[in-house]
Amino acid sequence: MSEPKKDDGLISVNIDRVEVRCRPGENIVEVAASIGHEIPHYCYHPKLSVSGNCRMCLVEMGLPGKDRATGKLLHNTDGSPLIQWFPGPAIACGTRAAPGMHIRTTSEVVKKCREGVMEFLLLNHPLDCPICDQAGECRLQEFSTHYGRGYSRFLEEKNVKPKRTVLGPRVTLDDERCILCSRCIRFSREIARDDVLGFTDRGSYSTLTCFPGRKLENNYSLNTVDICPVGALTSTDFRFKMRVWFLKASPSIDTETSTGCNTAVWSREGKIYRITPRRNDGVNDTWMPDSGRTLYKQVEAENRLQQSLVRGQPAAFADALREATTILTGGTRASGSVAVVGSGRSSVEEQFLLKKLAGALGGATAQIVGRVGEGDDLLVSKDKNPNVRGALLTGLIDALPVPQLSGLAREIDAGRVKTLLVVGEDLVGAGLNAAQLAKVSIVYVGTHLDATAAKAAVVLAGLTVFEKFGSFINQQFRIQKFHRAVPGPAGARDDLVLLASLLANVSGAEAPSVMESVWAAMSAEVPALAGLSFARIPATGKVLDGAPWSSLPFIEGKTMHFNPAAARAPAAVTA
Amino acid sequence: MPVTETRLLLKYADEPDYTPGIDSYLMVGGYEMLKKAVGMKPEEIRNEVKGSGLRGRGGAGFPCGVKWDLVDRKSGKPIYLICNCDESEPGTFKDRQLVHKDPHQLIEGMMISAFANDVKLAFIYIREEMPKGAKILSAAIDEARARGFVGANICGSSYSCELIVHRGAGAYICGEETGLIESLEGKRAYPRIKPPYFPAVLGLYNCPTIVNNVETLCNIVHILRMGVVEYNKIGRPNNTGTRLWCVSGHVQRPGYFEVAGITMGQLLYDLCGGPRPGRKFKAIVPGGGSMKILRYDEKFKGKKPNGEAYEYGVDDIPLDFDGVAAAGSMSGSGGMMVMDDSVDILEALANLTQFYAHESCGQCTPCREGSQWARKITARMCTGNGQPGDLDTLYDMAGNIGGRTVCPMGFSTTWPVQSYIDKFREEIVAKARENRCGMPREARLIQK
Amino acid sequence: MNLKPETLSTIENLIPRYPQKRSALMMVLHEVQADQGHISNEAVEWVARKLDLQPINVLEVVTFFPSYRQEKLGRSWVRLCRTLSCGLMGAYTTGEVLEKELGCKMGHTTEDGSITLEYSECLAACGTGPVALVDEDLFENLTPDKLGPVIAEIKNRAAGGVPSPTKG
Repeated sequence: MSEPKKDDGLISVNIDRVEVRCRPGENIVEVAASIGHEIPHYCYHPKLSVSGNCRMCLVEMGLPGKDRATGKLLHNTDGSPLIQWFPGPAIACGTRAAPGMHIRTTSEVVKKCREGVMEFLLLNHPLDCPICDQAGECRLQEFSTHYGRGYSRFLEEKNVKPKRTVLGPRVTLDDERCILCSRCIRFSREIARDDVLGFTDRGSYSTLTCFPGRKLENNYSLNTVDICPVGALTSTDFRFKMRVWFLKASPSIDTETSTGCNTAVWSREGKIYRITPRRNDGVNDTWMPDSGRTLYKQVEAENRLQQSLVRGQPAAFADALREATTILTGGTRASGSVAVVGSGRSSVEEQFLLKKLAGALGGATAQIVGRVGEGDDLLVSKDKNPNVRGALLTGLIDALPVPQLSGLAREIDAGRVKTLLVVGEDLVGAGLNAAQLAKVSIVYVGTHLDATAAKAAVVLAGLTVFEKFGSFINQQFRIQKFHRAVPGPAGARDDLVLLASLLANVSGAEAPSVMESVWAAMSAEVPALAGLSFARIPATGKVLDGAPWSSLPFIEGKTMHFNPAAARAPAAVTA
Repeated sequence: MPVTETRLLLKYADEPDYTPGIDSYLMVGGYEMLKKAVGMKPEEIRNEVKGSGLRGRGGAGFPCGVKWDLVDRKSGKPIYLICNCDESEPGTFKDRQLVHKDPHQLIEGMMISAFANDVKLAFIYIREEMPKGAKILSAAIDEARARGFVGANICGSSYSCELIVHRGAGAYICGEETGLIESLEGKRAYPRIKPPYFPAVLGLYNCPTIVNNVETLCNIVHILRMGVVEYNKIGRPNNTGTRLWCVSGHVQRPGYFEVAGITMGQLLYDLCGGPRPGRKFKAIVPGGGSMKILRYDEKFKGKKPNGEAYEYGVDDIPLDFDGVAAAGSMSGSGGMMVMDDSVDILEALANLTQFYAHESCGQCTPCREGSQWARKITARMCTGNGQPGDLDTLYDMAGNIGGRTVCPMGFSTTWPVQSYIDKFREEIVAKARENRCGMPREARLIQK
Repeated sequence: MNLKPETLSTIENLIPRYPQKRSALMMVLHEVQADQGHISNEAVEWVARKLDLQPINVLEVVTFFPSYRQEKLGRSWVRLCRTLSCGLMGAYTTGEVLEKELGCKMGHTTEDGSITLEYSECLAACGTGPVALVDEDLFENLTPDKLGPVIAEIKNRAAGGVPSPTKG
């Protein structure tokens, strides 16, 4: 029924006899998806230009008929608008919602279209399923099951094309599997802006190619693997490693920078196999940098702390905790002689507990280590800490961190700081030298045996971001959650437990040590987090009010969904 | 009384003393209409073209005046005019004559059309396989520019328009207007999806663009010269003007003919001399390789003005857009291919499917895969390795191509495959069953 | 890239004709091929730099259009049409005669680089088929019995002789 526009600016279209309200001009593939009517497609991608060449999304389309002379709408005898159906099918991805538009996604015509396209796609497609990584998440498999004719009539020889082209350091290409959807080319040109892929030759011999001598090696090359609907572009790192149906995807956050790309960490039985982007239209769309995908390798790094240490020797957690308490409380006897170095890579919850712990340690000064590097204008921000803003919000710090802790170095040299509580940072890279480390007693909470941990009196083994739950606050002041993908080493403990135990021991009072209790305390004590809980944070995060810190000289520049100039205006807070 | 040609566009082209040079053209009144045009209002000229009923001569037969009307004149973007001289439809060779023998007629037609549409830069896209033609056109444009018919201040008016010759490089798909535009932009000639890329709105450089065929543009000169009333007397309503028909294959006198108001039989016999000695006509492809084939012995149903039904044959088909369409095919680009009874229809089909498979740009799935599949099946059948079910597979899968693709080239596989099978099924089945497909060695149509 | 000065100057004059540099690509490639006999990968990169494009953009176009060659063409380039009308007039038999007389297999270039012989698709001269393009000249009515003159001309050009042009 064509109604006049309501004030919400939406229009009505009809999909398979269901009235749907949508924005004018919205892509029909999306409108149909919004009511659960899947229109199968290959070349269409919500974040790329429409190319309309796979022809899988053909649907029947009709528009309200108008009198040629007067322009008035025509009606059936029962008063309903007369819908003039187009004689031929139209591609849904190339069709934009117009008032009164009618779409049929399930009809004999559409069925025949899909069977036809599926048959054509499979014609020259190699029978690689048994050895193809895409199996299990392959749209050719899925759609041929749902919409294909189920048997082959092709008796000829299939086209032969190169099968194991190394396109670049991280991507391998099998040209026979390629269905020439052009998603990868459009991505490289429009998003990564590294125009390095193209089709050579013509017709059925068309082949995806890199110019000889050039490589697909930009920091977003693996996104082409994500969007490739088939197993043509594959990740060389993941190639032949694991069948995807065995993998569990845990939602996580890329800790590489303060962009906070949403990720999915794929694991099986305690081992991580790959990281892919997770869609967040407010942060990273459907993309992530290649550099963030290898971060899971730290889980099984050579110097991973498998258990707590006391003076370099493996120790039971309870013993290590007792030693650490002794060192820290001993340190507070001389007031101001305990310094706390936290991390911009700790979660908001951990930073909250650390602040409390610093307070309990006689108001020890707390700082975190700054991390600055080169950014791009896509998804890599200049701030290589994912959670500086968490430290600000929780009050752990009140100024932006610096990469070199020269103040702390001076204090140590002057003998004023005698005890250090270090959480997840290697101070040797942060401006302190071995001599200075030797002058202090160190309690180290972290995951890897770095130079600082090696000098620590007590090392409390914690968990990487892949092994625990928590939240980060990104450059947009958006709080986003990450979830455990794999369990940590048996001798490690959750950082919340580590910090809460220390806090309880030092303060003598109970400390919250699980998500629920930590959040209960946080939402009560941190104004920006009032009313929130871990569970209540939406999957795509929630933008908090960053106004109180808007005058700080944040170093990030413009990236995909972040504009620092806009961010400085307090009114420009969007969810 | 055997019919004769109605030479309008080719009036002087084949005269012994006529050259492609500008002096020949000026001597027969050339560029007078351009002088007249720049003194008119552009809308006046567009109205003349609309009133003439001129339909595109490139293949689709879309009314030229309507095409010009669709141009977005409010966008503020420059409007471009492109002459489509990529003549590649098998059987067609009429634009070659116009370009090589009377280039100035095309130039004048283009400049008038450019003026009528406020175009400042126009292109002639000529296929690479006409290298002489490109040189002839470039030389002619230089001549015209020297006399003020191209470039700045045309015919002394304030209107200026440049004209460039741009050479293709061997792709039939550049005959499709959006494929041509992509190629002119320096990219692979992938036709664009419509909507939204209607050339009249988002054409060359996403600016409003008109793409017209050579013959269409040449007609513009004559429409202006004769006026709408006189021009409409040629042909019949909805099919006005002359048409250049190309006849090739098994006739006594193949060639190109400019005609109006004649039937297919008159063309085949009066002008082309009928079949070869000892042979009978078997099949006609009326408008270029893409079009549906007609059996020479086919009968069609017509209606007299009083409503009475009657039957007629191929010889009586009016040789224009509507006439050929009523017979279930299309006059297309006017490239008629005639086959006599020496021809194995399946080999003819195999010959054409090879052409369309080779020319498929490969952008969209049905044409890319389906055209090559059609080639493979027909080639295999022609070597005597046909399998039961081949024809049904071929026919059915071809039906999944046309109308499901980005551009009309999908029909170039669908129509030939389905019409050849529809009309000659018994012959094809019989030969396939006996595994005796194929023509005598010296006559065959495919590479063995 | 050792392009002749005339070629370079023609290219320089070609580019500004177009509102966008990239549009000059096809015409520039024609010039390069006429100059060098083919379009090497080195030439692709040169053209890309000239037109502010990426090499892959140029390679895409070079490999899309059959007239552009990455392999060197023979001194004489013979393209015999095989599409339906010319086929109906005996093109394949003509092709066999040419193969034999010129000592060159269809779709190949002779060892000494003198002749490239291949089938081509419709050359838009169907009424006088079979037809062949020899370099820039169109030879018509090439039924198997009438091949004497064209074979002589091809051999003439293959040997480096002055071409006798045709009207088309």
